[in-house]
Amino acid sequence: MSKPPSDFDIELRMLVEAVYLKYNYDFRDYTGASQKRRVLVAMREMECDTVSELQSKVLHEPNGFAQLLQYLTIPVTEMFRDPEYFMAIREQVVPLLKTYPSLKIWIAGCSTGEEVYSMAILLKEEGLLERSIIYATDINPESLEAARRGVFPLDRMRLYTENYQKAGGKAAFSDYYTAAYGGALFDRELMENVTFADHSLATDSVFSETHFVSCRNVLIYFNRRLQDRVFGLFHESLCHRGFLGLGSKESIDFSSYAERFEPLARRERLFRKVIA
Amino acid sequence: MNHVATPEQQLAPLMKGRQVELVVIGGSAGGVDALVALLPTLPGNFRPAVACILHVPADRESRLAELFDARTALPVVEARDKQPIEAGHVYFAGPGYHLSVEEDRSFSLSCEAPVHFARPAIDVLMESAADVYGDKMVGILLTGANYDGADGMCRIRERGGLTIVQDPKQAQSNTMPQEAIRRCAPHLVLPLSGIRTVLPLLETP
Repeated sequence: MSKPPSDFDIELRMLVEAVYLKYNYDFRDYTGASQKRRVLVAMREMECDTVSELQSKVLHEPNGFAQLLQYLTIPVTEMFRDPEYFMAIREQVVPLLKTYPSLKIWIAGCSTGEEVYSMAILLKEEGLLERSIIYATDINPESLEAARRGVFPLDRMRLYTENYQKAGGKAAFSDYYTAAYGGALFDRELMENVTFADHSLATDSVFSETHFVSCRNVLIYFNRRLQDRVFGLFHESLCHRGFLGLGSKESIDFSSYAERFEPLARRERLFRKVIA
Repeated sequence: MNHVATPEQQLAPLMKGRQVELVVIGGSAGGVDALVALLPTLPGNFRPAVACILHVPADRESRLAELFDARTALPVVEARDKQPIEAGHVYFAGPGYHLSVEEDRSFSLSCEAPVHFARPAIDVLMESAADVYGDKMVGILLTGANYDGADGMCRIRERGGLTIVQDPKQAQSNTMPQEAIRRCAPHLVLPLSGIRTVLPLLETP
């Protein structure tokens, strides 16, 4: 039943292979339809008529790959995105996290950091931030750099304040930032126990003994094989009965790890590791 | 006497040798009402999969799948990430995410930028579905007040699929069907009643 691949599909596979061989970024198991669209956008923006032309740019021009990477990754995020997720963490995960003397939390695919600051604020309000170590990882160095800076557009603050309140925020959201550098600069103290790291879910290994892994709207870009790898990583990383949080439309159901996590809050996509 | 072909007669030659495995139905303003007229006509033994996509607000939970499940003989669900596309099932695109079809005939979701201010966008679903299903699919574009869907219908046509557009004269909002007609010369332009008649006939007997 298989039909012959189109020229575009052939070139796309070669591009992804070239990126892997030269830069060790592995996009080979990203979902096809969305990757195809992003490469088309990159071609338009980088003024290439064919994928082969784009490949040549990526291989031979000094800034080519860094440019392409911005199109291949999707930095769509906001603070306290899906407030009910954070509310469920407060109500159902935090009480159990409080029983540990120290905590390791991994935010995988943290993009430009909105999710990291949200989590740090939540932990602070729950009295857990001081005993937590947060690993915030992403494959895109430019996103990580933005996350470290912690300056977000002022015009987003209205939405974030709304989200924060819906997520059960206990203070005034504006207490956490000051207007600076043409944006909202977030309190440095929130980041004292945060380690930002360049990490690929496709090729790197795990952070050990974490209590909570939050990885939202990352897995939808992976095919089932890569999703399985990543669920495996999380399962290995999490301590006994550790917690896993996913994006609002992500599920473990179609993965081979379906049986190894149990839902804690099904709608909010919070899960717990099951003993094998 | 001037004889005007009925919708069945118009469809018959287009179905010759065609095996339909997926029907994608897109719409925007007025789309819910149009689907209320269409989906309940599908018989319980309809074989092709049906994927429906309407422009829905991102911040609200969509109840469309539930609403139609109660009115349709086929099982109706919101399409989930990595879900295999099954014959005889009706899927709805949920709010806030683009819905695509993958090479292995499963769905995937993504948060890329909105297309024509829409996420989910009809173009995204139709284009990705056309790339996978080729001539084994049908695209139906209904009422709507923007340009989403025209690119998708063009892609379906290019890949050999069958294209049906609601007659703009009778659509609640005519922009969407008009643009598709202008851009891709669909196989059939029918009033809603005509689409209602041909929809259950889109499978090989």
